[in-house]
Amino acid sequence: MQDKSQTSYKQLEMKSKYTNMFLRWFLYFALILFALYFIFPLYVMVVTSLKTMEEIRQGTLLTWPSGLNFESWAVAWGGRGYGAGDTFLRPYFWNSFKMVVPAVFFSTFIGAMTGYVLTKWRFKGDQWVFLFLLFGCFIPFQAILLPMARTLGVLGISNSIIGLVLVHTVYGIPFTTLFFRNYYISVPTELVKAARIDGAGFFKIFFKILLPISAPIIVVTVIWQFTQIWNDFLFGSTFSFGKAAPIQVALNNMVLSSTSVKEYNVDMASAIIAGIPTLIVYVLAGKYFIRGLTSGAVKG
Amino acid sequence: MKTLRIEELSKNFGSTEVLRKINLEIDEGNFLVLLGPSGCGKSTLLNIIAGLETINEGNVHIDDYNVSKVEPKDRNIAMVFQSYALYPSMNVRENMIFGLKQAKVSKEKIEEQLEKVSKFLQVDALLERKPSQLSGGQRQRVAIGRALVREPRIFLFDEPLSNLDAKLRVEMRREIKKLHQQLKTTVVYVTHDQTEAMSLGTNIAIMNHGVIQQNDTPENIYNKPSNTFVADFIGSPSMNLIKGNLKESSNNISFIANGSNVEIPINGYNFNEKSNLNNKEVFFGIRPEHIFFKKSNESDFEINLKADLSEYIGHEQIMTFDYENQEVLAKFPSTIKIELSKNTNLFFDLTQISLFDAKTEERI
Repeated sequence: MQDKSQTSYKQLEMKSKYTNMFLRWFLYFALILFALYFIFPLYVMVVTSLKTMEEIRQGTLLTWPSGLNFESWAVAWGGRGYGAGDTFLRPYFWNSFKMVVPAVFFSTFIGAMTGYVLTKWRFKGDQWVFLFLLFGCFIPFQAILLPMARTLGVLGISNSIIGLVLVHTVYGIPFTTLFFRNYYISVPTELVKAARIDGAGFFKIFFKILLPISAPIIVVTVIWQFTQIWNDFLFGSTFSFGKAAPIQVALNNMVLSSTSVKEYNVDMASAIIAGIPTLIVYVLAGKYFIRGLTSGAVKG
Repeated sequence: MKTLRIEELSKNFGSTEVLRKINLEIDEGNFLVLLGPSGCGKSTLLNIIAGLETINEGNVHIDDYNVSKVEPKDRNIAMVFQSYALYPSMNVRENMIFGLKQAKVSKEKIEEQLEKVSKFLQVDALLERKPSQLSGGQRQRVAIGRALVREPRIFLFDEPLSNLDAKLRVEMRREIKKLHQQLKTTVVYVTHDQTEAMSLGTNIAIMNHGVIQQNDTPENIYNKPSNTFVADFIGSPSMNLIKGNLKESSNNISFIANGSNVEIPINGYNFNEKSNLNNKEVFFGIRPEHIFFKKSNESDFEINLKADLSEYIGHEQIMTFDYENQEVLAKFPSTIKIELSKNTNLFFDLTQISLFDAKTEERI
């Protein structure tokens, strides 16, 4: 009796082992397939940017370049040195930086403040304020282009980097507020009560107690805002032109406005350059991003 | 002069009445426990004393000074919270001196206070640690230390032990008791745990639905509950409340349980109001620990009841008896063997009973 049951258990064990092994291989196969699918365009971009136009014409998309030829990168970044009509990324890259840094800073800071008030200094009707802010997350940005253009005109900052900073700050606030509110709601309100008894005021509690424990959510918000604003094309192309344009608009102009032959290698290099800063932000802070998104209450 | 005096205090959250006409006084050095089930308004009352909640009606006086509209920091109070509420980004030292720094106390004075209090609470070795590196008991101590350094007139405790495990809770309870004996500072302490309330308080105010049901010494709360809510809330298992009627005849008063014909003589009972007692519907209250299995006093009343259930809990057992379809619980030593489903002679200690009006549920 005992022997019989033992053999049958052994059979079951073998069976489940094979099933598991098969499923595992299938899983890896599927994952590798997906990974290739995602990496393929990047491969094409990098490889094409390193080829000369001659090579591009003769080979296929997948052909390996003959050597490391960074010429098209130099052209994309610094131009060919013509007097007029030469578009290159360098000035617009700095335009974007001058726009992104203040816009990220102000939208994050204001979002943190609003989140703090909405959770720790509740007032009558605060849930309505939050609801309307949330509503801001769902407004299609095309809908506000005209009123915003008028506003910028009245303020006298249309077609300027300051104007873009304002637009991105305002439309970042719903998202940053949402992030900070959801984070601060898990921070025990007793902390604020204790600080009030200790004699700390509104700003002191924010700067000394809450901000020092907000690192995870600050990282999330900064990454989110940086990516959004850096990659924005709609606001950039609507509210700016010429010298004040951010990099995405310049990239578009470069790729679409070339008069003679399409220079695929330069186009690819430009596209990569325009994407590098967000990539760097992810590499540096990516692990905090996941941690921040999933982190809950501050135990203390 | 009362250290704390609350008069006619009411509080609403929207249309919900949380506190109704609360009157409360505490003498210097007393330990008042606010006890009640969750949602009874005890924490709101504490927050109002601290100044963290506004008042709808009434006043709060500290040392005869009306502080109803004074900021928390200027009320000369300190508070210990259930979640400890230690500032996570600061170490123990910074946590403890944060309040003094806000109050612009001189550096020397801060150091002096910090040293005194941290030695006293034995947290002087932990000063450089962050709250996340402390155990539950240590966090609790630091939280008390943060309150102590400010040398407040009144300590407020908001369920400070309910986050600790059972063993540590008993230890910390004793430490708080010792602390109060040494410092003799006035304390207001909120809890839902009756053992904590009984062992710590010099006074207990039992609250329910925003009203103080009884404010008295632990002994009186236990022995002379002022209504059936208090009688039922205090004690484990709670007091037996047997429904029945009073019978008054020529200087003799007795109680007859519903459906029974046994007259329990209660001539020795100290009535608040000795009129209109005949045929009054009442609850006859007797605690499980005042029912015995053998006669111990001359005045004990002997009664024969059927045993239904026995719950063994180690040092004692709780027996359930049937008294004309009403359950009567008794607490016996676990060494006593009583056969179930059989009638047993029990002895009620009639000096320890309470009687309540069945309609008003008030003590009579």
